Amino acid sequence: MPVDHPILEIRDLSVRFGRAKIPAVNGVSLTVGAERVGIVGESGSGKSTLGRAVMRLLPPAARIEAAAMDFEGAPLLTRSEKAMRGLRGNRMALIMQDPRYSLNPVLTVGKQVAEAATLHQKISRKQATALAADMLGRVRIADVERTMALYPHQISGGMGQRVMIAMMLLSKPRLVIADEPTSALDVSVRGDVLRLLDELVRENASALLLISHDIRMVASFCERVLVMYQGRVVETLTRLEEAKHPYTRGLIAAMPDPKHPVSRLPVLDRRAINEAGAAP
Amino acid sequence: MIDVENLSVSFGQGTARTQVVKSVSFSVRKGETLGIVGESGCGKSTVLRSLAGLDRHWEGSIRLGGEPVDPDRRREQLLLAQMVFQDPYGSIHPRHRIQRVLAEPIRAMDKGPGWDRVGPALRQVGLPETFADRFPHQLSGGQRQRVAIARALMLEPEILLLDEPTSALDVSVQAEVLNLLCDLRDERNLTYVLVSHDLSVIAHMCDRVLVMQRGTFVDELTKDDLQRGITHHAYSQMLFEEAVNGLRTVNEVAPVLN
Ligand SMILES: Nc1ncnc2c1ncn2[C@@H]1O[C@H](COP(=O)(O)OP(=O)(O)OP(=O)(O)O)[C@@H](O)[C@H]1O
Ligand SMILES: Nc1ncnc2c1ncn2[C@@H]1O[C@H](COP(=O)(O)OP(=O)(O)OP(=O)(O)O)[C@@H](O)[C@H]1O
Ligand SMILES: [Mg+2]
Ligand SMILES: [Mg+2]
Repeated sequence: MPVDHPILEIRDLSVRFGRAKIPAVNGVSLTVGAERVGIVGESGSGKSTLGRAVMRLLPPAARIEAAAMDFEGAPLLTRSEKAMRGLRGNRMALIMQDPRYSLNPVLTVGKQVAEAATLHQKISRKQATALAADMLGRVRIADVERTMALYPHQISGGMGQRVMIAMMLLSKPRLVIADEPTSALDVSVRGDVLRLLDELVRENASALLLISHDIRMVASFCERVLVMYQGRVVETLTRLEEAKHPYTRGLIAAMPDPKHPVSRLPVLDRRAINEAGAAP
Repeated sequence: MIDVENLSVSFGQGTARTQVVKSVSFSVRKGETLGIVGESGCGKSTVLRSLAGLDRHWEGSIRLGGEPVDPDRRREQLLLAQMVFQDPYGSIHPRHRIQRVLAEPIRAMDKGPGWDRVGPALRQVGLPETFADRFPHQLSGGQRQRVAIARALMLEPEILLLDEPTSALDVSVQAEVLNLLCDLRDERNLTYVLVSHDLSVIAHMCDRVLVMQRGTFVDELTKDDLQRGITHHAYSQMLFEEAVNGLRTVNEVAPVLN
């Protein structure tokens, strides 16, 4: 798919941890413009590793190789750690999978969200706090004033996810990598949060990489969906019906259906999948 | 197996004090699976933490296996119920290797060193035994969550308290974990309390569901109710309708391109 002014361009990215024989990410190429791209894939297939590689947040034991990995036309891999720190949370943001453990444990939620509001605009602390409160309300935090005074360990799982999202919405990054950002939210709150993410992407012409295990949600929210299996992108879909790879088809079949209960859920036939290979 | 009467939990002091769980009562029979659903922040995890003996400042009465438990529990009482936390880091020490994470509960209860049980426990949740040497941050999110489930199973508790146990898993691995939980329940007649926002998981696993809103239970649904879409309260009706229409809502946000 041709993208005119790519925000993120990755060619042939591989990531290997220590002496591991199989790379965690294996020859992934991906070009993203101002659009929403979903990434689904089996647990352990390399989704978070891909996201962290782009943010340059992998541990030293990880060896990264790529023919190209450019953000807004400039290479990421050769940038200094200092330059990367200037980008992170600002031009590019990552919402991590364990939100309550990626927030700063010794700062209140309110302070952290307000700080995100000051990234792009010279405003007073009071104004920043007001913006933070407004944004927390928009992600449907019920009791905003009380929540702002709490520390990360004192909020619920779903509140943690929404706090991370509120911070990101305030800092208006050009590239958002959201790793399972709504896994603890029920459908109605999730709908609102996705709508806000969508506004952000459209208003700022940003790129969104949405990592999730919920293939239906991702397929209806994103323009295209990459399916990862064992470190590789095995197919790219614009509609679920197009799915050909046995892993993707197995995923769709394994979803429990409340209206048609079964005593045992179907599981993947891994042998068949491995025979089909991890090749795209 | 579980009898809870007038359980209340509050946080904070003075004017900042808020009651998060408001005098709830419920029972779970041996071998039964009870589901709890409700909006984010309504108090589900707080109820489970009180049952597990992790929050000590609750009021009311909790009986496990017919015996009342105090906020400070004896060791045998702690053995009775194990919890799988919403975030895996809640039950996994970040600086211990997986083998230690899994053997720790066995040793803490003076049931031996526990090393020999690490391999089988990992295989049971679909992970290779070689993961025993890794640290938690060297696993993917879903792999960590499966270690947390394996850890809760180490002591073969009669009661399992499961807080969003599969929310970090793709449906294929989710299916494997749910099948495992069903098998264990049938084999050992275990009692489960399962919190999930995924109503298809709830419908698959639970005999009965309590619907929670702002710290109280507002509705109770049987398995039959769930399958036929019957509710008895406006809030649960909304919750279930939204689940059914959920995809439509998402579609409105982003009409699929072609
Ligand atoms: N620091 C590390 N050292 C060694 N192996 C690692 C490390 N981090 C991740 N891995 C391995 O790399 C593989 C990919 O992990 P990753 O976290 O990218 O998976 P994922 O697709 O995000 O899965 P999930 O859906 O479960 O979060 C996994 O098998 C994991 O065990
Ligand atoms: N240690 C604490 N101090 C103050 N408030 C707390 C503390 N722990 C929990 N709370 C509050 O209790 C309420 C209920 O939290 P709980 O974690 O039980 O919600 P939940 O129903 O599990 O939500 P979720 O679905 O998002 O996980 C929240 O408003 C939370 O901020
Ligand atoms: Mg991950
Ligand atoms: Mg919770």
